[in-house]
Amino acid sequence: MPDTLDRTIRFGSNSGQPMTRRDGIAKVTGAATFTADNTPDNVLHAVYVPATIARGRVTSLDVAAAEAHPGVTHVLTPANRPHLHGDPEAKPTMFSFRIEVLQDDTVRYAGQPVAMVLGETLEAATEGARLLAPTYEMAPPRVDLDRAEPYDVEPGGFGRPTGASHGDIDAGHRAAVKSVDVTYSTAPQYHNAMETHAIVAAWDGDKLHLDVPTQALSMSCAAYASFFDIPVENVTINSPYLGGGFGSKAVPIGPNILAILAARMTGRPVKLMLTRQQMFGPTGHRGATRQRLRLGIDEDASLTVIDHDSLSETSSFDDFHEPAAGASQGLYAAGALRSVHRGARLDIGTPGAMRAPGEASGSAALECAMDEMAEAAGMDPLEFRLKNYAETEPGTGRPYSSKALRDCYLQGAERFGWAGRPLAPRQMRDENGLLTGWGMGTALFPCPMFMAEARATLRADGSALFETSAVDMGQGALTALAQIAADSLGLPVDNVEFRAGHSSLPDGGVAGGSGHTATAGGALHAAGSDVIRQLGEMAAADPASPLHGAGNASFVARHGRLYVDGDDSRSEPFADILSRAGGADLVGSGSASRPPETAAQYAMYSHGAVFAEVKVDPDLCQVQVTRLVGAFAAGRIINPKLADSQLLGGLIWGISFALHEEAHHDPVTGRIVNADFAGYHVPVNADVRGLEVLTVHEDDPHVNLLGIKGVGEIGIVGTVGAIGNAIWHATGHRIRRFPIRIEDLLKA
Amino acid sequence: MSLSISLSINGAARDIVLDDVRVTLLDLLRERLALPGTKKGCDRGQCGACTVLVNGQRVNSCLTLAATLDGATVTTIEGLAQGDRLHPVQQAFLEHDGFQCGYCTPGQIMSAVGLIAEGHAGDDADRIREGMSGNLCRCSAYRGITEAVQDATRRMTAQAAEDAA
Amino acid sequence: MRPFDFVRPTSVDEALAAWEDGAAWLGGGTNLVDLMKTGAVAPTRLIDLSRLPGMRGIEVLADGSTRIGALVGNSELANDPDFAGNFPMVAEAILSGASGQIRNAATVAGNVMQHPREAWFHGPASDPLAGDTGKLAVLGTDGAPAAVNPSDFCVPLVALGAVVEIVGPDGTRDIPVADLHRMPTADDPRHTTLTPGELILALRLPPEAAGFAAHSRYLKVRDRTSFAFALTSAAACMRIEDGKIAEARLTLGAVAPRPWRVAEAEDLLKGQTPGPEVFATAAELALDGARAVGGNDWKIDLARRTALRALDMAAAGTPAEMPALPASVFGTQRKEPAHA
Repeated sequence: MPDTLDRTIRFGSNSGQPMTRRDGIAKVTGAATFTADNTPDNVLHAVYVPATIARGRVTSLDVAAAEAHPGVTHVLTPANRPHLHGDPEAKPTMFSFRIEVLQDDTVRYAGQPVAMVLGETLEAATEGARLLAPTYEMAPPRVDLDRAEPYDVEPGGFGRPTGASHGDIDAGHRAAVKSVDVTYSTAPQYHNAMETHAIVAAWDGDKLHLDVPTQALSMSCAAYASFFDIPVENVTINSPYLGGGFGSKAVPIGPNILAILAARMTGRPVKLMLTRQQMFGPTGHRGATRQRLRLGIDEDASLTVIDHDSLSETSSFDDFHEPAAGASQGLYAAGALRSVHRGARLDIGTPGAMRAPGEASGSAALECAMDEMAEAAGMDPLEFRLKNYAETEPGTGRPYSSKALRDCYLQGAERFGWAGRPLAPRQMRDENGLLTGWGMGTALFPCPMFMAEARATLRADGSALFETSAVDMGQGALTALAQIAADSLGLPVDNVEFRAGHSSLPDGGVAGGSGHTATAGGALHAAGSDVIRQLGEMAAADPASPLHGAGNASFVARHGRLYVDGDDSRSEPFADILSRAGGADLVGSGSASRPPETAAQYAMYSHGAVFAEVKVDPDLCQVQVTRLVGAFAAGRIINPKLADSQLLGGLIWGISFALHEEAHHDPVTGRIVNADFAGYHVPVNADVRGLEVLTVHEDDPHVNLLGIKGVGEIGIVGTVGAIGNAIWHATGHRIRRFPIRIEDLLKA
Repeated sequence: MSLSISLSINGAARDIVLDDVRVTLLDLLRERLALPGTKKGCDRGQCGACTVLVNGQRVNSCLTLAATLDGATVTTIEGLAQGDRLHPVQQAFLEHDGFQCGYCTPGQIMSAVGLIAEGHAGDDADRIREGMSGNLCRCSAYRGITEAVQDATRRMTAQAAEDAA
Repeated sequence: MRPFDFVRPTSVDEALAAWEDGAAWLGGGTNLVDLMKTGAVAPTRLIDLSRLPGMRGIEVLADGSTRIGALVGNSELANDPDFAGNFPMVAEAILSGASGQIRNAATVAGNVMQHPREAWFHGPASDPLAGDTGKLAVLGTDGAPAAVNPSDFCVPLVALGAVVEIVGPDGTRDIPVADLHRMPTADDPRHTTLTPGELILALRLPPEAAGFAAHSRYLKVRDRTSFAFALTSAAACMRIEDGKIAEARLTLGAVAPRPWRVAEAEDLLKGQTPGPEVFATAAELALDGARAVGGNDWKIDLARRTALRALDMAAAGTPAEMPALPASVFGTQRKEPAHA
C-alpha cells in the first residue's frame, strides 16, 4: 500500500476562493423554493394532533366534531389508518428509527402524532385537529434522567456507541498525585432548524413524488419506498434547499409517512408542515447527559488517566445514546483512557444526531474538567493542554493523518491575547465594573467519509454540467462543490452548471458528519477526472490533435484546454477535441469513499482551539460572551468565506449550548413546557459580538484525495467548555451544568 | 364568514375575497396569493421569519389577520428588488454572507429594511444587533447580518445624500 | 383557531354595541392572535378596533397630564421625542420588550392587557411548577404558584401613577394601572379587573409624572440579551433637589401577577441623600413578604439586586442618548449618564 494517496492531481483556481454563494440571489430575493413553498393544485393540508401526555393511551377522539368542521375532508386515526407495508417498529438499516404512524393507541412520548386531519385549507385542518380533543389514560411519565435506572449501552453502531479502554485505568488513577472527579450535566436540546419539517406528497399511480427537505436523498428514497412497497426508483424526491438540518432531516419521521399515506388514501396531493411546537417530539433531539470525569496527573502535570463515564437518555422504545464519552478518545496524551456509555430509558422521543453528536456534549464536560485539572496543577489551561499534547492518537498509537492543533493553540492564543491571563479567577474587571473572564477549550471532530457518486458532462461548447444528489442545507454545498467540480475540468466555475438536490441524480450521499464536501466533492472530482481521461484518450488517438500520440503521458486541464502534463507547448481546447469527434457530449462518472485500509492506518480529525471572553454582572449575574476566537485546522478549505460562516455558526451554537438551550418537562404529563421560541431560547443577534475565526493551514495527504476534513460541526466543539471556563475565570464559580443560568450563578 | 379587502401588494392593487376570516397575512401570501417568499418559522411572532412591511412598518405577518388589512400597503421580499437590481439590503446580505440556509433571510432582509427606515439604529453595531433581535437565525449568520445592515445603512445614507445634492 | 365573526366598528358606540359574550377586542393582535392559535382563548367574535376615531393621539391635556390613545403603537410611543424626553423609563421599558416587529404592531392598550405567559403552558393535569420557575411570582400570591404579569411597559406606568380610561355599557371610569391586574382564581379567571365588554380608550400619566425625567430608569434582567421576557425588572425614578431625594418611585416587574409598587421603599427614600446604603435598605423593603415558589428563592435575591441597581442608575441620571439602548444589564452601562 502506498504511503500517501496519489497526489498528482492539481487544483485549479476555483478552490480556495471566497466565492459568493451561487444560490445567494435566489435566497435574498425569496426565489429559493423550500418544501412548504410548493402548493400543488388540488392540495389537501394535513395537520396532526400531538399527544399532550408522555405515557399512556388515547381513550377517545372526537372524530365527529372534527369531521363536522367546514373544510375538513378526512380524519386519520389508528381506527381507519390504511395499511402500511413497512413495519414502523422495525429497524431495517443501521440508520432506521422506530416511528409512530398511528399503529395503535399507545402514547410513548409527548408530541407523538395520535391522529391526522386533512382539510381544504390549513385553517380548516388546524381547527379540525383541535376539535379532536383527545382524552387519555395516563401513566406516570418517566422524564427525569436523574431518577432513571441506568444500564450499560450495548454497542451496536449508530446510537449505541462503543466504549473504549486503553492502558491500565486503575494504575492511572493510582499514579495520580492530583485528581479531579466531577460530574457535568447537559440538557435536552432540540435542533429547531428555522424551516420546520415539511413534506408535499403526490402519488401518480404507484409512483411517489415528494418535496421534502432531506440531508440524505438516496437513503430517504429507499426508506420511503420500503414503507409503501414500491420499487425505490418509483420515489422521486425534490429537495433543492433545506432550511437548516443539523442532523434532524436525515431520516424519515413518522408524520411524513402519514402525509404520504394520506395522499394515497385521498388521491390528492397532501402538504404537511410541522408547527414549531411539533419540532419538540418526533424529530429527534440531542439527549441530555450526566458525565462523570475523573482525571489524574503526575508530579510533572502529565495526565495519568482520563476516565469518562457518560449517562445519556434515550426513548423507552429505541436507542440513540449521545456518544459523549467518545470525545475523550483521540485528544490528550493520557497514560490510560476509558470511555463508558450508560443509558436510561425515558418517555421521550428518541434522540438523534444533532450537530456534533457526542463531541459537543462530551467536549463540554471534558474541556471543563481539563480546566479544573489545570487549576489543580496550578497551570495555565493552555500550557496544561500543550503539556499533554498527543503526537499520536492516545491509546491506539496511530499516527494522525495531519494535526495542526499546536498551530491552532498558538495562533488562536496570539489573536485572542491570551498571554498575561491571571491564573486565579475573579481577577479582571472591565471599565464598567463587569467581571471579566477568559477560558479556552480544544476542539476535535472526526473526518468521516461516506459514499457518493457523480456525473460530469463536458459539452461541445466547452462548458460542463456536474450532477450529484448532494444537498445544500446552508453549508454552501451548491457553491463549494461547484468549485471542486470546475477545478476537476480546469474550467472557471461560471462555465459549470451544477445540479443537486434531486433524487434522479447520481447518489450524492449524506450531508452530515462534516463529510459531505469531502465525499460528494471527491465523487465530482473523480467524475471530472474521468472526463479528462476520456478526452485525453480521444486526443491522443486523433492525428489531427496536437496531443496526438501522447498516450502514455498524463493530461491536465486548464482554462478549458487539455495539456500534456509538463509540456505546456502541447495543448488543445476541449471544444476542438469534441468537435472533431462529432460534437457529442462527453460523459464521465466518478465515486468517492475511503479505502478501509487508510481508515485503519490513520487517526483522522479536524482540530481547533477556542478562546472565550465573558463578562458577568457582579450583582445581577447576567452573562454575555463578548469575544470568541476560534482557530481551526481542517485540511483544505474550498471556500474560505463559506467555511468561516460554518465555523462562526458553530461558535454561536456553542454559546447557545453553554447559555441557552434546555427543554423542560412537566413532571405530571411529561410534555415539554417550553416548546416554542419564546420558551426554548436560542441566541438572538444581540447575544453575538466579537466573533473571530482563523483557519490554520493544513495539508493532509491521507484523509482523502482532496485533503478536505470538513468544518460543519467542529465550531461547537470546544466552545461550550471555553465559555464555561471563562465564566469560572470571571466569577470563581464552577457551574457544572449546561446551560449556565443566572440562577446558577446567583446560587453559587 | 367571508370578507372582502383591498390591498396593495408589492405595488399591485389586489381585491381579495377572504374565504375565511381566520387567515393570517402570512397564510394569505403563501397559500392563496402564490407569494411564498415570506417564510413561516414559528407562526407565533417569536422568530421573525415572516416579517413583511405593512404600510412601511415591519411586522410579523403571522400575527396579522388579513381581515384587518383593508386598504393597507404590503411589501414582501418578492417586491424589494427592482427588476434585476437588488435592493441595497439584499446586495449587502449577499456580499457579507448574511445567511446560510436562506430560510430566515426574507424576514431578516425585510426586518433590516424596516429597521433602517425607522432610523434609530444608524450604523451603530450594538443598536443594529438589538434592532435585529426579533429575527432568529438558527444557522447563526448573525455576524454577517449585522455587517450587512451596517453596510446597507451606509450605502443608503450615501445614496440619499447624493440624491439630495 | 375557532371560527369567529369579524366586525369593524367605526365608532366607540358601535364597538360597545357589537360586544357580546365570548367576544374579544382586537387591537394590534400580537397577543390575542397568538393566544387564539394556541387555543388559550377562543373568541366567537372579534371586534377590530383599528377604525375607531380619536384613539391614536399622544396629547398633553390642559391640566398637564399626558393622554395616550389606546391604539397608539408601542414603537410610536417609545420613539416620540417629547414623550421619551418626559418619561424616559417608559420608553426604555417599551423598547426592552418583545421585538421591533411586535412593538410596531402592538398597541399600548394591548400591551397593558397582555395575558400572563404560563396560563396555557400547563393543562389541567400539569404541575404549575414545571419548567422555568423563574417566571413564577414571588409576591402577591401568598405562596400560590402564579404567572407574573409579563408587561415591561406597565412597570413604569405603575411607578408614575398612570391610569386607564375605560368605557363600558355603564359609561366611563378611570382605573389606576396599579389596580388593573389581578391574580386569576378558580372562581374568576380574569387577569384584569376590567368587566367583560369594557374597552380601554386611553392611558393617562398625571402631570407630576414628568417631574422625574432627569432620574428615571427601567432595568430588565433576562436570560437572553434581547427578545426575552424579564426574570426581574425594576422601574426607578426620583426627583433630586439640593442633593436629597425629594420624591422617589420604585416598582418591580416580573415578580407578581401585577407590577409591584413599593410605597414603603418610596417613603423611606424621601429626604435621603442618594447612596448605596439607603438604596440597599429600600431594595430590601421592596421584597418584604416575598415567598419562593418551587425553589425560586434566587429570584427574590435577584429582584432585590435589580431594584438596588435600578435605584443606583436612576440616581446617576437618565442617559443623554434616548431612547437608550434596551434596558439590558449591558446596554445600560455603555452610555455616560447625562445628568450625573
